[in-house]
Amino acid sequence: MMLSLAPPSNPSRSLATNPRTKAPFQIAKTHPISGLLLPIRSMHRELKLSSSITSEKRLPTAQAVSERVEGGTRMTRGGEDVKLLGRWASPLVMRTRTALNLKGVDYEFLEEVFGVKSELLLESNPVYKKIPVLIHEGKPVCESMIIVQYIDDVWAATPPAILPADPYDRALHRFWAHYVDDKWFPSVFASSRAQTEEARAEAVEQVFAGLKLLEEAFQKCSKGKGFFGGDTIGYLDIALGCSLGWLKATEKMTGIKFLDEAKTPLLAQWAERFCANDAVRGLMPETDKLVEFAKMLQAKFKTAAPAK
Amino acid sequence: MAEAEVKLLGTWSSPFVLRIKWALKLKGVEYDFIEEDLQNKSPLLLKYNPVHKKVPVLVHDGKSIAESYVILEYIDETWKENPILPEDPYQRAMARFWSKFGDEKFLPSMWKFFISQGEKREEALVSASENLKILEGELKGKKFFNGETLGFADISLGWIVDTVSLLEEIMELKMIDEQRYPSLSAWMKNFSDFPGIKDSFPPQERMLTKYRTLREAYFATTRGTN
Repeated sequence: MMLSLAPPSNPSRSLATNPRTKAPFQIAKTHPISGLLLPIRSMHRELKLSSSITSEKRLPTAQAVSERVEGGTRMTRGGEDVKLLGRWASPLVMRTRTALNLKGVDYEFLEEVFGVKSELLLESNPVYKKIPVLIHEGKPVCESMIIVQYIDDVWAATPPAILPADPYDRALHRFWAHYVDDKWFPSVFASSRAQTEEARAEAVEQVFAGLKLLEEAFQKCSKGKGFFGGDTIGYLDIALGCSLGWLKATEKMTGIKFLDEAKTPLLAQWAERFCANDAVRGLMPETDKLVEFAKMLQAKFKTAAPAK
Repeated sequence: MAEAEVKLLGTWSSPFVLRIKWALKLKGVEYDFIEEDLQNKSPLLLKYNPVHKKVPVLVHDGKSIAESYVILEYIDETWKENPILPEDPYQRAMARFWSKFGDEKFLPSMWKFFISQGEKREEALVSASENLKILEGELKGKKFFNGETLGFADISLGWIVDTVSLLEEIMELKMIDEQRYPSLSAWMKNFSDFPGIKDSFPPQERMLTKYRTLREAYFATTRGTN
């Protein structure tokens, strides 16, 4: 996706209490690279384990640092070994982490460092050399929504189901997820990066038009419930929801309120619900950090590109 | 098996439509084919695919599904005979990965090569060849991308079988030769010999004319800017 820069470290903050049990959270630690709080990955599993010690382990390559997210043992529910290569700012990585959280799967998060692709990344994704990459029992799976489907397939016996049961509903989720990737999300980026006013206006119009379509899709897919997936977060929730961080950052950079309760009330309410969900909390990058990151990237590309 | 009402909106030449025909044929599903004129889109197409207004669109019991790979998954999930996707989750992920690679990386690189001129042509050839090597590497030792029998990835990549030879004829250049790409060459033969696939490719003469015309038109529009 894009180059990753390490944001300045976060001042310490804590997710004070578990909203379900009201018990105080045990904060793992602050991630040394992203500065983000290491997410308490899976709330319900956190309560079951007696300890949640994280361990830091140096990988063979100098650049990558691994952090065990929610620790104790390396064993997952099925006793398998799960690693995820990613970066804090990537919405695509966030998709895969949300899916793992939903299924309560233990995994080792390996943060790729800005400007350097680790040996492990190059080995496990030689075709695209991009994150996210899920490595399950030594076998790599690439492409975010393919990984999400894989997670749903492997841990099919563990609720919630990420894709709905009915083939037509599944088709709707897949169709709209592809629309998000192919048309909508690119227009979000274009609206803050466009070089001309005309291009910007066109991109902005596309973002709004897309949101209108997605509002209708929400109505159709949710069947009156809180998520595209119904009662629980599903495939399309993950595909669209994980881009909310960047949408908010773009709103800040452009001064345009894209997700507007007046225009797309269902989506606006859904967005809040999504961000507040246990499986998502702690994964969504802070808006200000993303804005800073985006500005650094833009400056970098401007200096790199010759003047036209 | 209950007869359900199935329609497929498509064109005679679209490789994306062809893959749906293959899937339906493999599953033994009867359907009505509705030929669309993309220069003059029908109300039916606009009704069933308002977002993209493209083909293929599958209509099943009045419900429409668009985007070829979405349709393929729907077909596999709805009609259980002769599964297209494997059962194993990792193999399924691989099938989806190679299908995506074909559409998002390989196809654009082939097209770019086809419409390039001069210096850009060399670059484009290198890129397309790299992608061919990747596919060759993935196939090595296998009869089909899916293993012993034809599956999701094969259906998604099947356009290579007739389209590449078409482009080779127009460009007077052999891209997939047996020496450099033994597995791919064998796969192309295995694929086209597979029951149900054999006589399904669109008429070659008509395709040659169509692609030659497209290429000329492209050269004409870019002549001024090159």
